[in-house]
Amino acid sequence: MPATNRRERPLSPHIQIFRWHVPMLTSILTRITGHALMAGVVLALWWLTAAAVSDAAFATANAVATSWFGDLVFTGSLWAVWYHYLAGLRHLYFDAGRGLRIEVAEKLGIAVIVGSVVMTILTIIVI
Amino acid sequence: MRIITDRKRAEHRGASGTGTEHHWQMQVSAVGLAVLVPILVYVFGHALGGDRQSVIDTFANPFVAILTGLALFVGMRHFAAGSAIMIEDYWRGTLRKALLIFVTSIAYIAIATGLFALAKIAL
Repeated sequence: MPATNRRERPLSPHIQIFRWHVPMLTSILTRITGHALMAGVVLALWWLTAAAVSDAAFATANAVATSWFGDLVFTGSLWAVWYHYLAGLRHLYFDAGRGLRIEVAEKLGIAVIVGSVVMTILTIIVI
Repeated sequence: MRIITDRKRAEHRGASGTGTEHHWQMQVSAVGLAVLVPILVYVFGHALGGDRQSVIDTFANPFVAILTGLALFVGMRHFAAGSAIMIEDYWRGTLRKALLIFVTSIAYIAIATGLFALAKIAL
């Protein structure tokens, strides 16, 4: 029998069992925002392609893009893009081998959440 | 019993066969997008809500057209590569391959559509 390499291996965090904590929440949100951003990309691409094609196509796409539904998708995308942006910068910092002590990682996680909301509001004011 | 040294285990670029290439490409595209995305958000935010002619005028600008094309290409590759990490975490076998092909296709369809629109507007 092979006696080597039979040590206990760590399990992946299981969201239904593990106690929620900030680094876990921020990590999962990074993945969710990255995928959800495709909704904004699809709507923006439809709008841009319609502008390229014809007046009639633009009228339809623009009506959707500037409706309450469009506002919802683009405002959500704006927050998602800032969240993913800040969380991505945090990942680059982690990749450099820094910020990995639990207290520091938790503070960075809270900074990402608060920062994404602040940046979203600032962007809406500027634009 | 399999006798293998740590050195031997690390050779040949690991189980993926491509070593750290995937991770490195995510870092490279992340840094690129960190520069491109804020400018694009600003441009898009200003163009949205205008009439067709003002949208065409905005994206016909060479700087805006190149920026948008670049951000779309790098962004969609970043999406496909990032999504692949999630797919590889949760699925295996034929479904994993099908999902990887699916997200790769979605990314390239978005790139092709955006470049078509930009070419028609800017040229």
